[in-house]
Amino acid sequence: MPLIKNGHVTTDPWITIPDDMPVPANGQVIVSLERWRADGAELKARGEPVGVRLSSSQLAPEIANDLSHLALIAIEFPSFRDGRAYSTARLLRQRYGFRGELRAVGNVLRDQFMFMHRCGFDAFEINKSDDAAAWHKAMCEISVWYQTAVDVRASVVRRRHYGVAAE
Amino acid sequence: MYRYDEFDRTLVEERVAQFRDQVSRRLSGELSEDEFKPLRLMNGVYLQLHAYMLRVAIPYGTLSSRQMRRLAHVARRYDRGYGHFTTRQNIQYNWPSLAELPDLLMDLADVEMHAIQTSGNCIRNVTADHFAGAAADEIEDPRIYAEIVRQWSSLHPEFSFLPRKFKIAVTGAPSDRAAIAVHDIGLRMVRNDAGEIGFEVMVGGGQGRTPMIAKTVRAFLPKQYLLSYLEAILRVYNQFGRRDNMFKARIKILVHEIGIEKFSGLVEEEWEQVRDELVDLPPGELERIRAYFRPPPFDPLPDVDQGFEAAKTATPAFAAWARSNLFPHRQPGYAIVNLSLKPVGGVPGDVSAEQMDAIADLADQYSFGEIRVTHEQNLILPHVRQEDLFALWQALEAQGLATANIGLVSDIIACPGMDYCALATARSIPVAQRISTRFAETERAHDIGDLKIKISGCINSCGHHHVGHIGILGVDKKGEEFYQITLGGDASEHAAIGGLIGPAFASDEVVDAVETIVETYLANRINGEHFLDTYRRVGPSPFKEKLYAAH
Ligand code: SF4
Repeated sequence: MPLIKNGHVTTDPWITIPDDMPVPANGQVIVSLERWRADGAELKARGEPVGVRLSSSQLAPEIANDLSHLALIAIEFPSFRDGRAYSTARLLRQRYGFRGELRAVGNVLRDQFMFMHRCGFDAFEINKSDDAAAWHKAMCEISVWYQTAVDVRASVVRRRHYGVAAE
Repeated sequence: MYRYDEFDRTLVEERVAQFRDQVSRRLSGELSEDEFKPLRLMNGVYLQLHAYMLRVAIPYGTLSSRQMRRLAHVARRYDRGYGHFTTRQNIQYNWPSLAELPDLLMDLADVEMHAIQTSGNCIRNVTADHFAGAAADEIEDPRIYAEIVRQWSSLHPEFSFLPRKFKIAVTGAPSDRAAIAVHDIGLRMVRNDAGEIGFEVMVGGGQGRTPMIAKTVRAFLPKQYLLSYLEAILRVYNQFGRRDNMFKARIKILVHEIGIEKFSGLVEEEWEQVRDELVDLPPGELERIRAYFRPPPFDPLPDVDQGFEAAKTATPAFAAWARSNLFPHRQPGYAIVNLSLKPVGGVPGDVSAEQMDAIADLADQYSFGEIRVTHEQNLILPHVRQEDLFALWQALEAQGLATANIGLVSDIIACPGMDYCALATARSIPVAQRISTRFAETERAHDIGDLKIKISGCINSCGHHHVGHIGILGVDKKGEEFYQITLGGDASEHAAIGGLIGPAFASDEVVDAVETIVETYLANRINGEHFLDTYRRVGPSPFKEKLYAAH
């Protein structure tokens, strides 16, 4: 499954550990929120970066106090229709100041890349390789945004009134 | 009227190019119909019973004559020579081909129109009082704020995949002509005790299978905070709205399940934080948008035009039309003119390309080039001099647009129903046609007075039957069309959901049933009461008795 990080296809240094598998001694691991809650102390003690994977119903406040221990948060899109992750991502970045990797996982489709990126996702696990190839096109199809979001794109209002450049 | 600047224009053009790419991926087979569906829905393209249907946004129901001519062109070039105005101030084309849709959208983009977010689980085309800028009771022109909401909601990065569709309506006046109480968010402009202008914010109204009247989340919101407050409401809904059951996913269910106090608390808490996040517009942007909605250059005129008065006396048919189809304008000597899209026996809301062109010409000649679309599926020329009314009436008569029935028994709202819609359980258009034919006589219709009949072809309620004074809902009983009747619904500032009067009527009984209801009202009315007054006073019993006595 191609992973796009900061705009480039990269190999994934992380391994996702299912809840019923033991955590290996070494390596960067992504665990569920439940496991993080149960085994947080051991995971911290490993001295390796830890990531947490949130289901779409696990909202930003549930992980907000743990952000300083986490290098990655993955948020699931069980279907592209489930838009909760947009709010979760935006709040993690904007309100709780998370600076680690924010990864979109699940039903991650090219026609939603831009929305995800605007809400603060910087890594994307993509199911279809065609979609991964279309990344750059998808990112520049629309150049005008009315809203201020989490990314660097300037809103129309800022461009209209303060002469700010688009990016 | 609002005019696009380079940013607005670029966005709409880029969106067309993006859609063109999506269509070509569908046509080449790269996308299956299933994969294409959410993409086309984001752009107002439905698959109906017989063909694709395109729904074009008419933001807050305001059209220029130039735009109307383009709608006529689209009807001719890409459709079968007509268009259908809907209950959401949109226009629908029922027969475009998929391959031509991108060109069609480019033709619309050229006159600053689009189909962005006219479907899908996103913030839909924002609607407003169709008398905006002309009504005497208006505090401020609601279109200023509707345009602000249109921009803010377009391709919103966080709120484009909501639990369900989301409709916002704005009124600038105490009389509610925008049915705000049956919208997901209704905004009513109000003045507080200090004389400042703001909004009463109502949330959770809606129709469909669980009709509800919106509740007030905030009695007074200073107007400069409109966007941050909307952002807070949408964020609460996006996170907590139900996603497990499509029929319980609208915000009205969330508000109902957790209660308005708790919902309000969540919104207020969120708003405290959002307020600082650069969501609200700087004053310069508000002023920029406001400037587009300045009143047109009215002439100073006397209150009453003598020629107009004389013409009414001389021509009774003109007087009847003036009585039902004109509304008082805030500017002395002017009138608001309703064009009826409900000719006797016609299809409510349908307009031919020739009529569209004629309307555009009349708008240029008599109404500063401005046209409005109402959620009751009629059109309006908002700023007409009284002295021009007789000539305008004659021109409208020639086009079949001067039926003297606005607000009366034959001014029926009807959804497309089984004639077009894939979701329908029964037809609605033929029922509307039969009722309007039964009540064709102008004098009788005027005697009956204010009466809103609204017909939906299924429980999705696009025909707003829940808020019809007489609401008619088509249902399927073992393969046969039946019609349930509700009475007492009201979409105004006294909003109410109609109550079911009894068992459903077969298709060949429904017009008689409506007539029985009307006759019962006439028999019971006192002192020139409207239908709703009588109904509220006497209750459903006399109607029930008459309707079901024979059964
Ligand atoms: S009410 Fe039902 S039948 Fe009528 S347009 Fe809506 S979905 Fe279709």
